Amino acid sequence: MKIDVHNVSKIFPRFDGGENIVLDNISFSANSGDFVIILGESGGGKTTLLNLLAGLDIPTSGEILVDDIEVKGIHPSRSMLFQQPVLIPWLTVKQNVAYGCRLRRDLDNLEYRVYQFIEMMGLSGFENAKPASLSLGMAQRVCLARALVGRAEMLLLDEPFASLDTFTQSHIQEELVNIWLSEKFTAVFVTHDVNEAVLLGNKIILLGGYPGSVCGMYDIDEPYPRSVNTPLFKEYRAEILVNLKQAHVGNRKFFESNNSFDRGGVDHE
Amino acid sequence: MADKNSISDSGKGNVLNKEQRVSFRSFFRYRASDIRFEIVGILLLLILWLVAGWLFMLLPQSVSGQFGDFLPLPTLKALYKLVQESRFWNSVAASMTRVFVGISIAAIIGIPLGLITGFYPTLRNLSYAPTQFLRMVSPLAWMPVALIVFTDFESAIYFIIVMATVWPIILNTASGVANVNSMWLKMAINQGSTHVQLFSTIIIPASLPGILASVRLALGVGWIVLVPAEFLGVASGLGYLINDARDTMAYDHLMAIVISIGILGFTLDKIVQTVQSAFTRSWIE
Ligand SMILES: Nc1ncnc2c1ncn2[C@@H]1O[C@H](COP(=O)(O)OP(=O)(O)OP(=O)(O)O)[C@@H](O)[C@H]1O
Ligand SMILES: [Mg+2]
Repeated sequence: MKIDVHNVSKIFPRFDGGENIVLDNISFSANSGDFVIILGESGGGKTTLLNLLAGLDIPTSGEILVDDIEVKGIHPSRSMLFQQPVLIPWLTVKQNVAYGCRLRRDLDNLEYRVYQFIEMMGLSGFENAKPASLSLGMAQRVCLARALVGRAEMLLLDEPFASLDTFTQSHIQEELVNIWLSEKFTAVFVTHDVNEAVLLGNKIILLGGYPGSVCGMYDIDEPYPRSVNTPLFKEYRAEILVNLKQAHVGNRKFFESNNSFDRGGVDHE
Repeated sequence: MADKNSISDSGKGNVLNKEQRVSFRSFFRYRASDIRFEIVGILLLLILWLVAGWLFMLLPQSVSGQFGDFLPLPTLKALYKLVQESRFWNSVAASMTRVFVGISIAAIIGIPLGLITGFYPTLRNLSYAPTQFLRMVSPLAWMPVALIVFTDFESAIYFIIVMATVWPIILNTASGVANVNSMWLKMAINQGSTHVQLFSTIIIPASLPGILASVRLALGVGWIVLVPAEFLGVASGLGYLINDARDTMAYDHLMAIVISIGILGFTLDKIVQTVQSAFTRSWIE
């Protein structure tokens, strides 16, 4: 699915009555079948942007088009993997994975597909366990299995690997890329990990600064699977880090200049 | 330093010194109380009864009158005789039937109303005041109305039990629904759930423990209003037996019926509680 984000801003009311500008004039677009990475620091508005793409929230201004139609609400073709695992506690792992397909009457070969993804996520043996007995990383993998079984045209993934160890992480990253290469869905993947971004994405959107705006965009046309040891990888990585750092410094300047106003306008630098 | 001392030196009451077991399960599970405490509690009640009766016996005969019949020994004797009468068991059956039918009607009306008012905020806000208002009217106040509307006593009793139990069922079901984790709803809608599916796959299952709790509450309330409702004029049931015992001045008999009402109510509650906690546990484990 083609994504067009036009001048999107999101403002939340702040606890003290002021405004919290979380996203400021964000614009980017992506082609159908892209693996889009949204990279930024914690609290930078990544989840907020993903919520807007999913239709869980609406922009304060600007518009988001998916396949040239404005996003106005939630739709199963844009399947969301929440940052916190969301599982139904009275259903088993197997039933949770199959949950969405059952709802949509997508039943052909369901049992087989469910087992296939449970195995892929390294959760064999836990098919009949209830979510209460899973670890955070396991619960997140069950959610990923549910998202993948659904065969949605677009997957919105909010830091799905944040609570996994390095080994499980790289294994599942590989599996995700393989499925993406064969199924050709559009992925929007949120992360704060630069390595992960360069390993997975063919398009990286850098979200930085305050208020959060796009401070860099990269098209990475390297073949998969990628390795962290190639010179090109290191080059991208270094460039992104420099860019992020600049955004971060800009961020600090913003606060400093704001504070210096309060103190009577002493400007550093 | 001062901080360190205050923590290590403070008494056993300090929260910081206690290990607390908290889990996701504790949210759902109803913790059944320890049976040993229940037995000791009942024994204490018996002793209190003996002491109270004995104190009354110290009063002059003219005042205490027939109070001797209210003491544990005559009562237990009467109870022993009572349980051998078929009249008693017929009354138990009649009372139980009334409570079950009444609560079933209340559940059939109350659970759907609770589900709907719990889910739609507008309906919840609209129904709040009327429900609270009606809940505060004693079910027994409806007695004259019940007798005018229903020509037979049996229906009038059902009406009173329904009036007593439908409100706790509506309110508890609705609060169960309102407390459903909103992330489950977001996830389900994102997975393509229709409104009907949202109810059948998330809201109703998530509210089941709350619904069971509301039925248990209703059982308690229903059992309490049953006895006065049976004063109405029916010729069976435990309330009728009490009235009968009073009219014949068989006070040991009367006391035995009071005790058996307590025992039956207690047992009913225990049964529902056991089902409830077993169910709630199996629900998430
Ligand atoms: N519903 C909301 N109401 C008010 N403010 C919000 C809301 N959601 C997010 N925010 C604010 O938006 C900002 C960005 O939050 P967001 O969750 O998008 O960050 P993030 O980039 O996903 O961070 P992380 O990497 O820690 O998940 C924060 O300052 C947060 O306080
Ligand atoms: Mg986030």
